[in-house]
Amino acid sequence: MNMIQAINSALDVMMARDPDVIVMGEDVGYFGGVFRATAGLQAKFGKTRVFDTPITECGIIGVAVGMGAYGLRPVPEIQFADYIYPALDQLVSEAARLRYRSAGEFTSPITVRSPFGGGIFGGQTHSQSPEGIFTHVSGVKTVIPSTPYDAKGLLIAAIEDNDPVIFFEPKRIYNGPFDGYWDRPSQNWSKHPAGEVPTGYYRVDLGKAKVVRPGEALTILAYGTMVHVCTAVVAEAGVDAEIIDLRTLVPLDIETIEASVRKTGRCMIVHEATRTSGFGAELSALVQERCFYHLEAPIERVTGFDTPYPHSLEWAYFPGPVRIGQALKKIMKDA
Amino acid sequence: MERRVADPTRANLPRLSLHVPEPKFRPGDAVDFVGVEVPPAGSAPRPDTAASPRDFTELAYTMVRVLDEENRAVGPWDPRLSADTLRRMLRHMALLRAFDERMFRAQRQGKTSFYMKATGEEAVSVAAVHALDYEDMCFPSYRQQGLLIARDWSLVDMMNQIYSNKGDRLQGKQLPIMYSAREAGFFSISGNLTTQYPQAVGWAMASAAKGDTRISAVWCGEGSTAEGDFHSALTFATVYRAPVIMNIVNNQWAISSFSGFAGAEATTFAARAVGYGIAGLRVDGNDALAVYAATQWAAERARTNQGPTLIEHFTYRAEGHSTSDDPTQYRSAGEPTAWPLGDPIRRLKDHLIALGEWDEERHAAQDRELAEQVKAAQKEAEKNGILGHGLHQPLDTLFDGVFEHMPWHLREQQAQMMAEEAASGRPWDRK
Repeated sequence: MNMIQAINSALDVMMARDPDVIVMGEDVGYFGGVFRATAGLQAKFGKTRVFDTPITECGIIGVAVGMGAYGLRPVPEIQFADYIYPALDQLVSEAARLRYRSAGEFTSPITVRSPFGGGIFGGQTHSQSPEGIFTHVSGVKTVIPSTPYDAKGLLIAAIEDNDPVIFFEPKRIYNGPFDGYWDRPSQNWSKHPAGEVPTGYYRVDLGKAKVVRPGEALTILAYGTMVHVCTAVVAEAGVDAEIIDLRTLVPLDIETIEASVRKTGRCMIVHEATRTSGFGAELSALVQERCFYHLEAPIERVTGFDTPYPHSLEWAYFPGPVRIGQALKKIMKDA
Repeated sequence: MERRVADPTRANLPRLSLHVPEPKFRPGDAVDFVGVEVPPAGSAPRPDTAASPRDFTELAYTMVRVLDEENRAVGPWDPRLSADTLRRMLRHMALLRAFDERMFRAQRQGKTSFYMKATGEEAVSVAAVHALDYEDMCFPSYRQQGLLIARDWSLVDMMNQIYSNKGDRLQGKQLPIMYSAREAGFFSISGNLTTQYPQAVGWAMASAAKGDTRISAVWCGEGSTAEGDFHSALTFATVYRAPVIMNIVNNQWAISSFSGFAGAEATTFAARAVGYGIAGLRVDGNDALAVYAATQWAAERARTNQGPTLIEHFTYRAEGHSTSDDPTQYRSAGEPTAWPLGDPIRRLKDHLIALGEWDEERHAAQDRELAEQVKAAQKEAEKNGILGHGLHQPLDTLFDGVFEHMPWHLREQQAQMMAEEAASGRPWDRK
C-alpha cells in the first residue's frame, strides 16, 4: 500500500470495529477526499458516518469536540495543515483543555488528520509544517508517520487514544519515499519494505520512536519526509549514523533519544519546519540537558529557513541533501 | 505605457465617514427607554413547529410576550402551565438570585477571587430548563448558573467550585463559576466565548446520527455572537438540521460595550437566523412564560427532526459584568430601574398573585427560607475550605487530567514540584 491507501485502510478498519468512529471534513464524503484518503468510506459506512462539511475549520473541530463529548470518536480532516489555524481556538482552548478543566467529566477523543509538509511546489499555503505550534500546547498529542506501515498503525492507535491527537501526514511521501533529490525520478512505496501493510487491525503505539538505522557515529533525530532524506544522505556520506524516526512528538520517546545520544556523543536534528522556536529547539534543549556530559560536539539543527514557504525557490528552502550533508561534515569534523 | 496620475485630493468626491456606535446613555445621563420597541403581550403569532424557516421574518423582528401589563398570561404563546409549575419556576428564580447575592458578598469578603451574577436574567435560564427534558444537554456560557439551580443541583457543590476547596470536583483547576456537571446535563464552561456553540451543534448532530431522542441547547451573550464560532455553528446547524436550540441572551451589554458593537443598531439578533434558513424567535427574556413557551416550541421542533431554532432573549444585565467590573463607569446608573421589561421575578410573582395562587406574605417567607437555604449551603461548603486558606486539593493533582495517562515529562515536572515544596519547609496544606 502507499501511505494514502494505508490511511484509508486504518479508517476502514476502525470504522468497522467501532460504530462510534465517524469521519468528517471538506470533500471527504462522496468525493473521497482531495488526496483520496477517504475514498469508498461513505459508500461503505453511510452518510451519517462519513460526511462532507461546510468550509469552516473552526466549525469542523468545534463540532467534533461536541461529538466527542457526546461519546463519539470523530476523525475530522483539515484539508491542509496550512488551514488548521482557524481551528486553533477550538483545538487549544477546548479539545486540549476539556479533560483538565472538567476533571475528566468530558473528554475529546478526536483525531485531527491533516496533510502537511512541503516538497510539492505547494507554495506558502500548501507546504507548512506547523507541528511546533501543537507540541507547545499541553493536552494534545502530535503524531507524524513516515511510512505506510506506521501511518496505518499509528492512525489506529490515535483513533483509539482517549486524548486529542493531531495526526500530520507528510503529503510529499503519500505515494513514495522521497530522498530529497527532486530532480531524480521519484520512487514508489511498492518497492519499499514499509509499503507492505497488513489489511487487518494492528497498532503502532504512540510515544514510541523507531531506530530506522542503527549506528555509532552520531544520532539523527527526524520525522516525516526528513527521515528518508536523512537516510539517503547518510548512505551517500558513508557515515555510521543512528537515525531515529520520532513518530510521536508528544509524548516524546525520550529514552530512545537519550540512549542513542549517550552512545554516539553527537546529535543532529532535522525538520522542514522553520527554525526559530521549532520543535528542533525543544529536542536540542532536551538533549543538552540530559546528555550534556556525553556530547562531543554542539548539537546541529537543520531546518527550514525562518521565512514563509516560497514557491519558485522551494529547493533552496527545503532542508535537502546539500544542507544536511554540510551539517553532517560539521558535526563530524573532529571525530 | 502612460502612467495615470491620480488626483490625490479627489476634491470632487464626498468625504467618507466612519460610524462608531455610541450607546444612548452614559454616566450622568437621564434614562428614557421610549426608543425600545415593546410589542403588546400576546401579539406575536405562534407558527406550527414544522413551519418553514422562511416564515419567521416577522417573528425575528417582533417579540414573543405572554405576561401583559395586568399580569395576565395572554395570546397564542401562553404555555398554560399549572400553578405548581409556575411556583416551582418562581422558586428557582428566587433561589438563583439569593445564591448570586450570597456569592457576590463572599467575593467581597475575600472568600473567593471572582463571581458573576445573573441578576435580571433569571428567567432566561430557569424557565428554559423547565421546558427541556433532564436528559437534554445544555452548553451554557458563564451566566446560566440558573440551569444548575433549576435542575436542583447541589448548591454546596457549586460553592465548592467557587471556593476551589477540597470538595471541588474540578480540583481547583477552574476559575470560579466555570462549573461542569455532566450528571445534570451541564457542559463544562470555557472562558473562551462561543466555543460552546459549534460544540452544542456537534453534540446534537451526534445524537441525531445515533438515532437518539435527546436534543441540545446552547447559550451565548449578544456580544459574543460576533465570534466566528457563532457563524460556523449556525452554518452546521442548518446544513445538518441539527436538533439544537441556540439561545442568545441579549442583555444589552458586553462588559462595557453596548449591543451596538455586536450589530444591534441595524437589526435584531433573532433576525440572524433568517439568513441561515433557521427558525428565529425573539422573546421577552424577562417574561418567564414567554421563555418557557419559546423553548418548549423549539424543543418540539428539534425533537420532530424539523431542525434548529435560534432564540434571542431580550433582557437587561441589571448589574456589573462581574465582581471585577463597575458599570457606573460606562452606563447611566438609571438604566436597570428604567428598563421597560421590568424584573423577571417580580413579573412572575405578580402573575401568580393575580391568579390567586400566591401572595406577598408567602413570597417574603419564601425569600427568607431561600436565604437560609443558601446560608446553610455556604456554611457546609466552607467546611471544605475557602480560597487560599488551606483545605485545597492535594498539590500533585495539578498534573492530573492533562492526558488520560500521565506522560514522562509531566511525571518529571510533578516530582520537581513536590521536591520544591518539600524544600520550602512550608507544607502545602498549611498555605
